[in-house]
Amino acid sequence: MSQTPPRLTLTGISKRYPSVVANDGVSLSVAPGEIHAILGENGAGKSTLMKIIYGAVKADAGEIRWNGQPVTIANPAQARKLGIGMVFQHFSLFETLTVVENIALALDAPFDPAALALRVREVSERYGLPLDPHRLVHSLSVGERQRVEIVRCLLQDPKLLILDEPTSVLTPQAVQKLFDTLRRLASEGVSIVYISHKLHEIQTLCDSATILRGGKVTGEAIPRDETPASLARMMIGRELPVCEAPPYSGPSRPVLEIRQLSQRSDDPFGTSLTDVSLTVNAGEIVGIAGISGNGQAELLAALSGEAPSGKTTVWLDGEAIGHLHPGRRRARGLAFVPEERLGRGAVPSQSLAHNALLTGHRHGGMRRFGLVSYARARQFAQDCIARFDVRCGGPLAAARSLSGGNLQKFIVGREIMLSPKAMIVAQPTWGVDVGAAAFLRQTLLDLSRSGVAILVISEELEELFEISDRIAVLAQGRLSAAVPKAEADAESVGLQMAGLFNAEASHASA
Amino acid sequence: MMDSMIPVLAGTLAAATPLIFAGLGELVAERSGVINLGVEGMILIGAIAGFAAAAETGLGPAAGLPAGALAGMGAALVFAVFALSLAANQAACGLALTIFGIGLSAFIGQHYVSYSLPGLKPLSIPLLSDIPVIGPVLFHQDAVVYLSLAAFALVAWVLAKTRLGLLLKAVGESPEAAHAIGYPVLAIRYGAVLFGGAMAGLGGAYLSTVYTPLWVQNMSAGRGWIAVALVVFAAWKPGRLLLGAYLFGAVTILQFHAQGLGIALPVQLLAALPYLATIVVLVLISRDRRLLQLNLPASLGKPYLP
Repeated sequence: MSQTPPRLTLTGISKRYPSVVANDGVSLSVAPGEIHAILGENGAGKSTLMKIIYGAVKADAGEIRWNGQPVTIANPAQARKLGIGMVFQHFSLFETLTVVENIALALDAPFDPAALALRVREVSERYGLPLDPHRLVHSLSVGERQRVEIVRCLLQDPKLLILDEPTSVLTPQAVQKLFDTLRRLASEGVSIVYISHKLHEIQTLCDSATILRGGKVTGEAIPRDETPASLARMMIGRELPVCEAPPYSGPSRPVLEIRQLSQRSDDPFGTSLTDVSLTVNAGEIVGIAGISGNGQAELLAALSGEAPSGKTTVWLDGEAIGHLHPGRRRARGLAFVPEERLGRGAVPSQSLAHNALLTGHRHGGMRRFGLVSYARARQFAQDCIARFDVRCGGPLAAARSLSGGNLQKFIVGREIMLSPKAMIVAQPTWGVDVGAAAFLRQTLLDLSRSGVAILVISEELEELFEISDRIAVLAQGRLSAAVPKAEADAESVGLQMAGLFNAEASHASA
Repeated sequence: MMDSMIPVLAGTLAAATPLIFAGLGELVAERSGVINLGVEGMILIGAIAGFAAAAETGLGPAAGLPAGALAGMGAALVFAVFALSLAANQAACGLALTIFGIGLSAFIGQHYVSYSLPGLKPLSIPLLSDIPVIGPVLFHQDAVVYLSLAAFALVAWVLAKTRLGLLLKAVGESPEAAHAIGYPVLAIRYGAVLFGGAMAGLGGAYLSTVYTPLWVQNMSAGRGWIAVALVVFAAWKPGRLLLGAYLFGAVTILQFHAQGLGIALPVQLLAALPYLATIVVLVLISRDRRLLQLNLPASLGKPYLP
């Protein structure tokens, strides 16, 4: 080791924010050509640590060594000059510019789009990341956008590549391709820092791992020598919780039906829905897989009533409700948990009691003589907090003071307490810690077994396979037929997510 | 018939010139994500500064035009400090600047009421100006008209072909992403706003020292607002902006001729015609909402502090 110093060494990195310690004495070291995992839950401090390495955030204390030399990285431009490239979780691309224009803006080279387009093509093909340099970014799929980010980094000839949760938006096939590319880069001597909370990915890809919890390093490991359980213990401090899905024995009848729904999107960057049909029966959970941007937002808006469609396109318990507005649909027993918790599921600045009123004023028993009873709203919120284990400062706490997981428990709980006939949930565990995610999944399973029809739209395939009875795929505004979970596998679902419906048909007939 | 059209067409170019300057400046500022509603104020500040400089030095437009541009830039700097560094509401700051500009120019202009300047002689380009019809229309104009066309060509080229143009568009779409890849968002926006101010000031100075070389209070007569509207209806594209400006110029000249011919319409109505015609035509050609949405700088009007 004395001849080749580690490419990157962090010693005692600390970063404090007013309300939270994001990093507390974090140390790690990455060798040339090593793929190093940073494993941790949401809020463990992974992203802050990476921003410190990339110069976007300044550490309060600690030392960074680059090839053995102490350095201070003041800004991203300096990080790039050292040879550090970063692929962001939320892409830093400009939608109205072309691929090559986006890349040109990040390079220091003289501005020559024509010559750059040739290099983009060459590099993207060499690493198995095919890209058309002249497409506008807003017309690209999420996976293609990620390629743009990676190619942009590669053109800067990086010595260290940081990827922040790169697979959260990819199909299983695209993940395999990405891993091939990363392995190839590592074999050429590029160090890779791979941030994730997905244990199996880290076990297949990474040479070593640093595990963070609550801003501190709680373990260092060779992932291949560990089991998912032992990694999970280091990551969350206990065993990974498992959900139980008992069989449903009650009467089965269609509750929520979508019939040949086609709807043009008003948003020029949106996706139009084409001939979407689906039935959700009492007592089952139907999962809709797919990468967001393939019509999810439009389908949710059509179902919730934010974008009403033709009368006979949506049916609830035998009644056509496609033309009704959200309030009328809720009054008929359709509950809805949107993807954005703050701003759509709850009003950030208002108390939980007031947020309970938002949807609970109809069935929640919060009205007396036609007027709102705040005492009853408080009681409702209190009951919800107790029943769904919401950790907060009580019914008068503002919604935005809750963590993502606890607010989601409150919102889901609020809807369940209104005894819906059908419930639509978008990204139920997005940005939620592992413990709360397991609780939420179990809650949804229990609710469905009580006879409620549940539709879950999620980007997390594993989650859908865990809780759904049947799975359909939404791609380019079209919905595949829902197949029982036992007949679906991650590979065929992944192909459908990429929009290859025919491949699925031939797969089924084979 | 053709002969009577020549003065109309020739006048159109000059009448459109202040709008071209102010519109191009606002277009650049809006591309970077900053909407400056102070264009009318900056034109007036440029107009009075240019007039005063021309009158006091005796150098005419040669002193007036640079002075107007500088004064417009100074006014834009005040706007930028509030709207960019202090992240105040851009619409409110712009309106305040317009009101301030109207008042300040009227106050300073008290000394110059009914004072007139020599103006600027048209420049005939040899040979080209002898071409029938096109010659007198295009090649027998004052130097500033040529300058406005050069400014148009420069802005169009920078926006379409250079890294700076891409960067402006990038900052206007997502200042967060531009910051993340390491660009100084505020500095770029300052540059765009100051350019906008200089161009508006130049347009104002052209009005007061060349186009009608005498001081009249509130002489911009709403051209700043038309410039702001032109930028939006032109979908932030310089070519469409140029067309809109010439349309305004043509109707302005035509209604003068109509007044001269004694058409039995109230003068006020005729004077309002250029504004009305420009807006109606622009609304009609920009009915495609998708076109506007695709070109709209996504961060327009939203303050950004890194």
